[in-house]
Amino acid sequence: MKRLLLACALVLAAPAFADETDYAALRADLVDEVRVYAGYAGDEPFSDAVLEVVGSVERHKFVPPGQVRYAYENRPLPIGHGQTISQPYIVALMTDLLVPDEDDVVLEVGTGSGYQAAVLAGLVDHVYSIEIVEALATSAGERLQRLGYDNVTTKLGDGYYGWEEHAPFDSIIVTAAASHVPPPLIEQLKPGGRMVIPVGGRFMTQLLLLLEKGDDGEIVTRQIGAVRFVPLTGEH
Amino acid sequence: MRRLLLATLLVSAAAIGYEILLMRVLSIVQWHHFAYMIISLALLGYGASGTFIAVLRGRLEKNFETAFAASALLFSVAMVACFIVAQRVPFNALEIVWDRGQFLNLTVIYLVFFVPFFFAACCIGLAFTCRGEDAGRIYFFDLFGAGLGAVLIIALLFVVSPQTALVLLVLLPLAGSVLVTTMLGSRLRLGIAQLAWLALLALGVPQAHLELHISEYKGLSQALQVIDSRLLEQSSSPLGYIAVVDSPTVPIRHAPGLSFGTRHIPPEQLAVFTDGDGMSAITRYGGDPAAVAYLGDLTAALPFQLLEGPAVLILGAGTGSDVLLALYHGASRVDAVELNPQMTKLVSQTFADFAGHIYEDDRVTVHTDEARGFVARSRGGYDLIQIGLLDSFGASGAGVQALNESYIYTVEALRKYLDDLDTGGLLAITRWIKMPPRDSVKLIATAIEALRQSGVSTPGRRIAMIRSWNTSTLLVKNGEFTSTEIEHIREFSRTRSFDTAYLPGMQPAEANRFNRFAEPYIYEAAIALLGDSAGEFFERYKFHVEPATDNRPYFFHFFRWRTLPEVMALRKAGGAGLIEWGYLVLVATLAQAAILGLVLILLPLSLVRHDWPAGTGRDFGFYFLLLGLAFLFVEMAFIQKFILFLSNPLYSVAVVLSGFLLFAGLGSASSERFAERVPWPGVSPVVVAVAAIAALALVYVMVLPVVFARFIGLGDAAKIVLSLALIAPLAFFMGMPFPVGLRRLSAIAPGFVPWAWGINGFASVVSAVLATLLAIEFGFNAVILLALLLYALAAWDESVSRSR
Repeated sequence: MKRLLLACALVLAAPAFADETDYAALRADLVDEVRVYAGYAGDEPFSDAVLEVVGSVERHKFVPPGQVRYAYENRPLPIGHGQTISQPYIVALMTDLLVPDEDDVVLEVGTGSGYQAAVLAGLVDHVYSIEIVEALATSAGERLQRLGYDNVTTKLGDGYYGWEEHAPFDSIIVTAAASHVPPPLIEQLKPGGRMVIPVGGRFMTQLLLLLEKGDDGEIVTRQIGAVRFVPLTGEH
Repeated sequence: MRRLLLATLLVSAAAIGYEILLMRVLSIVQWHHFAYMIISLALLGYGASGTFIAVLRGRLEKNFETAFAASALLFSVAMVACFIVAQRVPFNALEIVWDRGQFLNLTVIYLVFFVPFFFAACCIGLAFTCRGEDAGRIYFFDLFGAGLGAVLIIALLFVVSPQTALVLLVLLPLAGSVLVTTMLGSRLRLGIAQLAWLALLALGVPQAHLELHISEYKGLSQALQVIDSRLLEQSSSPLGYIAVVDSPTVPIRHAPGLSFGTRHIPPEQLAVFTDGDGMSAITRYGGDPAAVAYLGDLTAALPFQLLEGPAVLILGAGTGSDVLLALYHGASRVDAVELNPQMTKLVSQTFADFAGHIYEDDRVTVHTDEARGFVARSRGGYDLIQIGLLDSFGASGAGVQALNESYIYTVEALRKYLDDLDTGGLLAITRWIKMPPRDSVKLIATAIEALRQSGVSTPGRRIAMIRSWNTSTLLVKNGEFTSTEIEHIREFSRTRSFDTAYLPGMQPAEANRFNRFAEPYIYEAAIALLGDSAGEFFERYKFHVEPATDNRPYFFHFFRWRTLPEVMALRKAGGAGLIEWGYLVLVATLAQAAILGLVLILLPLSLVRHDWPAGTGRDFGFYFLLLGLAFLFVEMAFIQKFILFLSNPLYSVAVVLSGFLLFAGLGSASSERFAERVPWPGVSPVVVAVAAIAALALVYVMVLPVVFARFIGLGDAAKIVLSLALIAPLAFFMGMPFPVGLRRLSAIAPGFVPWAWGINGFASVVSAVLATLLAIEFGFNAVILLALLLYALAAWDESVSRSR
């Protein structure tokens, strides 16, 4: 009888153990996939530090219960309120484009699920994140706190004017689409700083806008799109 | 019998009304290309009902009135029930690339909406089958009702919301059901059901569940998620559902293409959404130009650097942004053309104080008109014709508009704009930039083609394009750019961190300074297009960037099959945005229509006993298949062609559809007498009818552009009458081959009649979608010519089978 009870307990507990093990393995697979695609946006591979963090942040804890089984697929997922959690590849790429440093202070406009902030938190000194949808701001703030991301500060509000009291920032990431780059954000970017903005629909990032502020304050942007995708045939 | 005819009319009117209503509703809650799904759905319902009646004919004939009344009642209930159910299917069109389960959701929606059309078609089919002796009159009431329904729903949508229109439509088949029930002896159970349904409607029970669930990924839904945002105003008409949103805590700041270097922030704005998407903004203006100084830092401000106090024509005035832009830059006169009066009313009345009464400015005249129609009537004399951003980046970027015909950006349109400009005048068109560029390249190609067709040998000296990171503004000059003007463009761009994408005589290094692409794509494209290698360039470019024409007005169609495997492979590496998925949804709809057509129409027919002579299938099956394909090809091509003339897609659908229904009905009713009076012995009436169709259609292909150009300036009523007059003779003859064939078949092999209906219905289902795909690829004229070939084949087939 004891053996039977033990067997039952093991069977019941198995999914929980399997869960943990599986997620780690799935994350490792995901990182492998993301690494393969790194060259898509240029010749440089992603930095090991970025991939390491993508491999450690538990994405399944940032998606709604119904989406957990897809959490480690390399695709965007709906998180409610008309918002999505970005495709892991795009998160890795955006993070890599910021060239994060452990002393950096980063501003994020558009907290969403908090996943991007969590990835950045593993690489920089502090992340300030602003969200305009109340429900998301609340849930992401609580989630980040619960998961121990102490170096992320979130708030509900308008990201257009940045976060004056913590400015200037080493880099800024704008995860919500905008018709133009808010001038106050450019002002709050340090000389030599970088800003990344994904452009396109919720499930289809068209391109990433990388804005670099020179030491003299001059702004240059690069459209990071499908580098491997040459629009003319015969020019590969 | 009179009651049955009236009931037929009511059911038929409701079916067409419901079809058009669903097209409108799906444009609001999802996106416009699902309209094609609805057309094929309605036809599928008709096809499947034919099969259903054929299979159960004996039983249904015995209880004809009961079956008719029950079907009409079920149609009435299903109109509402399926509307409610379909909106609860968690279909997300945007996720189709990632999640194959979305195809399943789409299929469920397809099947749900099939139900009401099936019941409607059962009523009509039952009347034909069981009261065949009165087929002529039934056919006329059916078609007349359909025409009436199309007109009725459009009129209704001008005065009530889509939901209210639905509730009113529901009453039509219910009334039809009651009418036929009164022909019965025993009517208790049906009567109770009808009363119960009426009571539910009177109590407003279904109405409580009719709210529109707009996709949460559309702009309006997203804006309403923002803290403290609120819906200020909404209105609906066949031209669109307009919603105005205010967001005091996180202000709306819509300024596409605003320079990085600007020190000016847009003032308070209200967001305006059309059909839940395509955001534009009404900007607060108190008369102080300094408050809207950001307008000088947009790419769209470029033409004003070259013109002093210009007379401006704005095509697509929308919420008045371009009017404000022109006034800010000291325009001497502004003609603002906007198709949708609801939009104009927002700026001129509802939010006139907010917008600073710009439409009351002495210099401004607002015209409620369609761009091409206005330009056709215009006497010209403009220094600047401005076409701003009429759509949102989200819609543009995802290829959502791939199937939207747009007569604003065609070669013929650009030629006309240039004609309307004074010497030295400018045409300015602003578009979103995609990566790799698509719109911008196609726009340059279109401008070059328009200039060449106008006899300009050096188009490269008359075009200039600048770009920010997300917008490009193209200038086409009526004359060559002077070196001073070129310097002005350079200076304007440099001081605002814009790049000169193309300028006459520029160096490649200038093209990629501030907003860097991997390569200076637009410049390279312009050079290729201006040289001798344009054809080769179009062939090599991985997107479709050949100029749009009036015959093929799909400016937003960039899809190429050969690019699909590559972009699908790059999907997981951030390349999903390269997929022009609007087109793929149409292909998926075609596949669905074909499969479900086979399953619901042709498969059940195999259950019917085969009691016809050998060779019947060969003699007649092919004939009815060809007719089904050909009829819809012509009808769909004409709907598209008449959009240009009637200036509105919905008018075109209503007029062309009712015209074809009515006159084909008359042709069908006259077909017997026509067949008897063919003066050439031994010549089949089908051959004569097809010859007439071919002659008329070929004349139309050649003459319609001239007729449209000559009469596009007429008022709506006159244009509708003229359209009907043009459609009448063609539709009249197109109505003949089917009944002539059916009569011959009834005499030889009556058992095959349901197959004839089924095969014809199946061909119609497929043809409705296929016609659009073919038009996108080859143009409307090709679709019409193909239809004529199919008609000729049908006539030949019929002659051969007659001679056997």
